Amino acid sequence: MSEQLVTLSRKDFVSDQEVRWCPGCGDYAILAAVQKVMPEFQVPREKTVFVSGIGCSSRFPYYMNTYGFHTIHGRAPAVATGIKLANPELDVWVATGDGDGLSIGGNHLMHALRRNVDLKILLFNNRIYGLTKGQYSPTSVLGQKTKSTPFGVVDHPMSPVAFALGANARFVARTIDVLTTKHMPDMLRRTHDHKGASFLEIFQNCNVFNDGAFDYFVEKDVAADRQLFLEHGKPMVFGAKRDKGLRLKPGKLELEVVQLGDNGVTEADVLVHDETNLPLAFLLGQLEPPEFPIALGVLYCNPAPTYERMVHDQVNATREKLGAGDLDKLFRAGNTWKVG
Amino acid sequence: MDHVESTTSKVTGKLPTEEIDSVVIRFAGDSGDGMQLTGTQFTQATALQGNDLATFPDFPAEIRAPAGTTFGVSAFQIQFASFDVLTPGDAPDALVAMNPAALRVHLKDLPRGGLLIVNSGAFTPGNLKKAGYETNPIEDGSLDGYRLVSVDISKATLAATQPFGLSQKEALRCKNMWTLGLAFWLYDRDRQSTIDGLRKQFAKRPEIADANIAALNAGHAYGETIELPSGMSRLIVPKAKYEPGLYRNTTGNEATAWGLIAGCQSAGIPMMLGSYPITPASDILHYLSALKHFGVVTFQAEDEIAAICAAIGASFSGSLGVTTTSGPGMALKTEAMGLAVVTELPLVIVDIQRGGPSTGLPTKTEQSDLLQAVVGRNADTPLAVLAAATPGDCFTLAIEAVRIATKYMTPVILLTDGYLANGAEPWRIPEASALPKFPVHLRTEAAGFHPFLRDPDTLGRAWAVPGTPELLHRIGGLEKDYDSGNISYDAANHHKMTKTRAAKIAGIARDIPLQTVHEGEDSGDMLVVSWGSTYGAVLQGVRNARRRGLKVSHAHVRYMSPFPRNLGEVLSRFKKILVPEMNNGQLVKLLRAEYLAPAEGFNKISGQPFRVSEIESKIRETLEA
Ligand code: SF4
Repeated sequence: MSEQLVTLSRKDFVSDQEVRWCPGCGDYAILAAVQKVMPEFQVPREKTVFVSGIGCSSRFPYYMNTYGFHTIHGRAPAVATGIKLANPELDVWVATGDGDGLSIGGNHLMHALRRNVDLKILLFNNRIYGLTKGQYSPTSVLGQKTKSTPFGVVDHPMSPVAFALGANARFVARTIDVLTTKHMPDMLRRTHDHKGASFLEIFQNCNVFNDGAFDYFVEKDVAADRQLFLEHGKPMVFGAKRDKGLRLKPGKLELEVVQLGDNGVTEADVLVHDETNLPLAFLLGQLEPPEFPIALGVLYCNPAPTYERMVHDQVNATREKLGAGDLDKLFRAGNTWKVG
Repeated sequence: MDHVESTTSKVTGKLPTEEIDSVVIRFAGDSGDGMQLTGTQFTQATALQGNDLATFPDFPAEIRAPAGTTFGVSAFQIQFASFDVLTPGDAPDALVAMNPAALRVHLKDLPRGGLLIVNSGAFTPGNLKKAGYETNPIEDGSLDGYRLVSVDISKATLAATQPFGLSQKEALRCKNMWTLGLAFWLYDRDRQSTIDGLRKQFAKRPEIADANIAALNAGHAYGETIELPSGMSRLIVPKAKYEPGLYRNTTGNEATAWGLIAGCQSAGIPMMLGSYPITPASDILHYLSALKHFGVVTFQAEDEIAAICAAIGASFSGSLGVTTTSGPGMALKTEAMGLAVVTELPLVIVDIQRGGPSTGLPTKTEQSDLLQAVVGRNADTPLAVLAAATPGDCFTLAIEAVRIATKYMTPVILLTDGYLANGAEPWRIPEASALPKFPVHLRTEAAGFHPFLRDPDTLGRAWAVPGTPELLHRIGGLEKDYDSGNISYDAANHHKMTKTRAAKIAGIARDIPLQTVHEGEDSGDMLVVSWGSTYGAVLQGVRNARRRGLKVSHAHVRYMSPFPRNLGEVLSRFKKILVPEMNNGQLVKLLRAEYLAPAEGFNKISGQPFRVSEIESKIRETLEA
């Protein structure tokens, strides 16, 4: 019996497997948010597949009561591409991390985004390798002391959202594991509803190996001044008193923070967010506190035909043109000769 | 060549014709001279004439090596005969050399007295120098021992194509057709299939088709007027005796592609190919990409790893995932093969072996991935391995690979090689309805289900695919509990699962043909054991040795893992075992390890297939030792 018409609840998405993340890990909040929003999508559980690679985040599929595939390090986007190509009807999610998705699996992530395979990709960014017990990752910051960098990281980090945009992703968004009540669920909804590759970076606290990595924009006393919540068509205003805004520096392709009220600056001078504007998304993706707020929400959304759809359209068009494949005809095409 | 024996001279018209059993001809020229096309057209016409044949295309790794250099020489050899042809022939009876470099590279293989056709027009001082000739061999007497036909093919081609208004460069490109025309005349082949092919190929530029056909006809007409060197005549090779049926030519790569499609039809599931371009496997990707109307989904991945991972994902979803590659790609896919083994998903991996290690000899053939295929993964990671013997056998074994993969829920590696991939042979076309059927049963029943529930007979696990209600489950690379499929780090369970995975693969031996000795007695002094593409050369070598009275038999192995269940017993019936391989000794190691058999290796690692004569003399040497 298909579950198409059955109303599902959060509990229906909880698997019977014991969750094995460290107590206090940000992953719990993400799992809870995903399990909370899944019933809203009205997708039968059997049509949902969670795919992951290796790492703490990649344990995710075991905890979802859907179909799931815990693959090998970095390869989840490739496996997920095969799953989606073989059955485009499936709702395919990828759970990955900064090491899995951006280091060993950077190539696959880049190409899944570029091809626009209809995958919902959640990248848990904790700026550390957790499962291998604390080495630095491609998003670890300069100077960060880790097990493999006792004197501090000396390689430059990357921005996951800028990477995704550079790979031609059509949906790029960002949220934080602590924004459990509204923002993270909203972003999960948007990520799901977008047709095509959707990329959601979730800042996730690893309380064991990189505790407080995001405190500089998450702590209560700084959060309001260092978080900008993007909304399509709305001015980019932020701050505890909603008195700060972003605008283009006159004569430059560069953003600057302005104080509303100072020197006659009003909300009308502030940039209005446009989800379909790629250069703007790039600028927003690069903003780093404390000089700028961190940009949260949907940085970019600009749907395009999906890869698996085009692949199957081509298969169907060829069938229509040539008729369904016939082995006898295939073998006999071209030069043949008869003996006896 | 001992089969070039029976000749009956007769005279037709002004030139003598001679009936002969077999001919080996080699076309050699610069990469840009179109020798591969000449060869395939000659092959086509020869097949239509009813001869049996085998071909060996041999081309450089560079797409456009500098013109006129020895490393830019491309060659195509064909043996055709009135009997069962097993190899493209050891040495050519006739060599066509389109330039000095081709002569330099290939003359050493032409026996004294052989027919040598050279394009004198290309023997310019510049080309001679590039090929390392100080004086022109056509003029300095160094070719005296051969039956030399020296023609300025370039000039003759320009003259023949002059009416069609092509540029000099375009016109000169027709010289391979002129050469082909002459070869057609010499060996009495029909031109029509080539003419039809040219008309089709150049439908949009009829003047190019016309020029090529004019060159072809001019070469043929030249034959009529030629003064053949003394003792030469026009050669007639009578039709071979085939089993009745409809035939066509096929190469190993084409046959593999078709076999995969046929296999998936037999299994009743769609195919998804994940592949990354690599020589010499890319043609399979090309063929399958053009066959979308068979419902095949092809995915050119970003790398070898993504190619196999996408195939695994497709298998998880209920398609048959297939990936095609060659040695370096196999190395990259290794980890993912382990995932397919531990998740027990069906998967077909086709490895078109080439010379290695590393990038090695990309366009040359070798059999050096056998150990990699059988044991080359981390941990105890068994899977099934098959090896095709001939281009046509690629079709049969591709179907077999799909059968085993889906029945036993396991990855299967199909080994072919560069020689099979590009070599052609006549293939008896099967009726699709007569192909084996082995429909897959996807699990839909919820009662008692867990993902690692096994068929007690095959030990294959239940295949339940996403979209199936009530069978929600998770699989992955971590060890599973035997009884529930859940993650398990239990020590005894891991032991049991490792043994179970091994037993599943070993059990396939009950489901494959017994090993036969297909030439010679079932026991005796010596058995020659071959596998893969050396089949033809080894069989012919054994036949020749037996004709000379040597007591030797031949067994050819196609199932490499698991081996046929009686293989050890077959080996034990012989005093000596010789294992010729195009590698440094791999099957020989497996046979010794598996059966403590006194097997000795005979290795050729030159990127070239064995010659029949090499096998024959090694048999004699081993027997006498
Ligand atoms: S190591 Fe860090 S990321 Fe991993 S489960 Fe523990 S807290 Fe979470």
